[in-house]
Amino acid sequence: MTLLLLTFFCGGLAYAQQQNTCLDCHSALDPPLQVSVETFAQDIHSQKGLTCASCHGGDPTKADPDAMSKSAGFRGKIERGQIPALCGSCHSDAAFMRKYNPSLRTDQLGQYKTSVHGRLFAKGDRNVAVCIDCHGVHDLRPASDTRSRVHPLNVAQTCARCHADIAHMKGYAIPTDQFEKYNTSVHREAMVARGDLSAPTCTTCHGNHGAAPPGVDSVQNVCSTCHVFQNQMYEKSSHMTAFQAAGLPGCVVCHSNHRISHPTDSRLGTGPQAVCMQCHTPGDNCDQARAEMLANLKDLEDAIQHSDKLLSVAETSGMEVSQARLDEDQARDALTKARVTIHSFSKELVNRDIQDGLNLAGKTLQAGKNALAERDYRRRGLGLAVIFILLTVVGLFLYIRQSERDAPRI
Amino acid sequence: MFTRVQDWLDERFHWSDIVGPLKKKTVPIHQLSYWYFLGGITLFLFLIQVCTGILLLVYYRPSANEAFESVQYIMTRLQFGWLIRSIHSWAANLMIFTAFSHMFSVVFLRAYRKPRELTWLTGMFLLFLAMGFGFSGYLLPWNTLAFFATKVGTEITGRVPVIGHLLMVLLRGGEEVTGATLTRFFALHVAVLPGLTTVLILVHLTLVQYFGISVPPGVEARWKASPGEARQMKFFPSFFLRELMAWYIALGVLGALAALLPWELGTKADPFAPAPAGIRPEWYFMFMFQTLKKIPAKVWFVDGEIVGIVVFGVAGLLWLLLPFFDQLGRGRGRRFVMGAGVFALSYIIAMTIYGYMAK
Repeated sequence: MTLLLLTFFCGGLAYAQQQNTCLDCHSALDPPLQVSVETFAQDIHSQKGLTCASCHGGDPTKADPDAMSKSAGFRGKIERGQIPALCGSCHSDAAFMRKYNPSLRTDQLGQYKTSVHGRLFAKGDRNVAVCIDCHGVHDLRPASDTRSRVHPLNVAQTCARCHADIAHMKGYAIPTDQFEKYNTSVHREAMVARGDLSAPTCTTCHGNHGAAPPGVDSVQNVCSTCHVFQNQMYEKSSHMTAFQAAGLPGCVVCHSNHRISHPTDSRLGTGPQAVCMQCHTPGDNCDQARAEMLANLKDLEDAIQHSDKLLSVAETSGMEVSQARLDEDQARDALTKARVTIHSFSKELVNRDIQDGLNLAGKTLQAGKNALAERDYRRRGLGLAVIFILLTVVGLFLYIRQSERDAPRI
Repeated sequence: MFTRVQDWLDERFHWSDIVGPLKKKTVPIHQLSYWYFLGGITLFLFLIQVCTGILLLVYYRPSANEAFESVQYIMTRLQFGWLIRSIHSWAANLMIFTAFSHMFSVVFLRAYRKPRELTWLTGMFLLFLAMGFGFSGYLLPWNTLAFFATKVGTEITGRVPVIGHLLMVLLRGGEEVTGATLTRFFALHVAVLPGLTTVLILVHLTLVQYFGISVPPGVEARWKASPGEARQMKFFPSFFLRELMAWYIALGVLGALAALLPWELGTKADPFAPAPAGIRPEWYFMFMFQTLKKIPAKVWFVDGEIVGIVVFGVAGLLWLLLPFFDQLGRGRGRRFVMGAGVFALSYIIAMTIYGYMAK
């Protein structure tokens, strides 16, 4: 009984210490002053034990107007101009953050100050993004939570809330169609259709807290963080020096930026998707090299397709061609490698990869032909065996008839 | 020459006394005589299994690391290896098919009647052994489908009340299907089962020889009414040559299947990969598998799978005792056996088709 009473009273004491009277009123108010108990319970700060007073001041244990008095340190609504500094007061304090999440970086405020947002903010522009515009307020979730505005799947939408808003972006002299373009890109497709959360979104190329356009000089570096081999090839090419001299933004010249579509061999062609001929003159050395590389790529693709068809026929005939299938995969890898080597713009290097692929495709084609020849050989063997068996059966039948005619059944 | 060998054997072993009864052996002739060939065809397919199995043994390696590769070698590099393996696999399936057909022909022709109860029992045990051959041999190529089908199959064994878990561990050589399971199945497949089967085949054939070949009751009654209609043929050479014709035809079918539809190898089993969709057992286990799938998770308060296993166990036991039910009073037993036969055949066919049609 004593234990029960103790538990009861101690429980009441604990409740008194944790009570947050702010929510008693604010959950009943209309927006924008409304903060429901349920919403705040989802907030990572609330889950870590912080309360309204941690940002807004005041004394949440008091249920009277004294809770919101200046003597209780009440700050009221945080002015937009104070938000980065207020968030930074904890998030830039490594010792403080270590108590909650030691793995979280503490340089967000420093980075923000270097960003386009931060620099304009410092100049007094209160229209630019501050912490809460991206992370939310009162229902702030960690980036790993799929409901968070800064989860990889939601980042583009979050950025688009401002950057796709023509009225909001008026006066900044930058386009507002990035989100629309990004939504059609191969990067977005990888993220949404294939569920690859490591696929690029806005912050992957622009940075998050230090967000800024990559600029002509850094485009290549940004792309090469993922496309390592393409970059290695590009560095060997004459295009890099030519583009740098002309002040052209590297990769973007051929691939564009936000609307990066899946590259096909037609980029090397002369049709509507062609990129080479935007700069080069028909008939020049580069045009000839382009045409040769395109033709060789097509040869390899055709060779793989041809052997693939033959191997499929062999497989449906029940032939074992698993080793040839492995070689075919290697031929496909050689084709992919050749397409990457295109970034060197060296027909010798590309042709080397293509030749490797053609050798493998030739091997698989031969394997397919051998399998079909073996299939025909087996069928001929079967035909002969069936004839032999039939003759034996007929012979037996005749022998039985003859012997029973001579010696009738019992 | 042949006579001299015969004389030599006669002098030492009284060969004529041994072969004599075989010379006198006869086989009844009537419109249902064709069903008599099924037992012989099953025996022929078993002999093919033994021969091709011995050839495969020369190159097969029973370990998780080498089994798949060794079968792949047999299929792709070895001269006529593909033919030997395909014949082995097709003959196994055909053997179980002919064994099932033989069993149902015995039921519907009522060949199990007194005094042939033991012939029926040894035949049934031979069918169980043939299914054991199929189950153990299926895993040996160590491919994905076989690996997961064995996993499911041994899991079902584990649900047998009381001794289930012990049986499962005994079969698997541990809690999981591993290389230890492969070596166990290999030992069963090439040593234990062939030994038992050979002994049982000898007993079965001796009993067939001892009791002679059964005449269906309808034909028997007709022959009794008019003895002039009764016809027999000599086992040697008349029936034997006809049986030989049946074996040749079976060989032709087997060769055609092996050449036109070589047995697939699939991909090597990866114990850490998730089970592929549509895992199914061999066709002769399908009716049981599909039944267990369709039984609700709980039947009253008992686990549905356990109910299924117990029902199949009891049904199997009753099926074994079929000859003894036939003797129950005034034709009631006979009607029960015929009803059970029709039900079992329809159920097996329907559930097998359903199993293959269901997604």
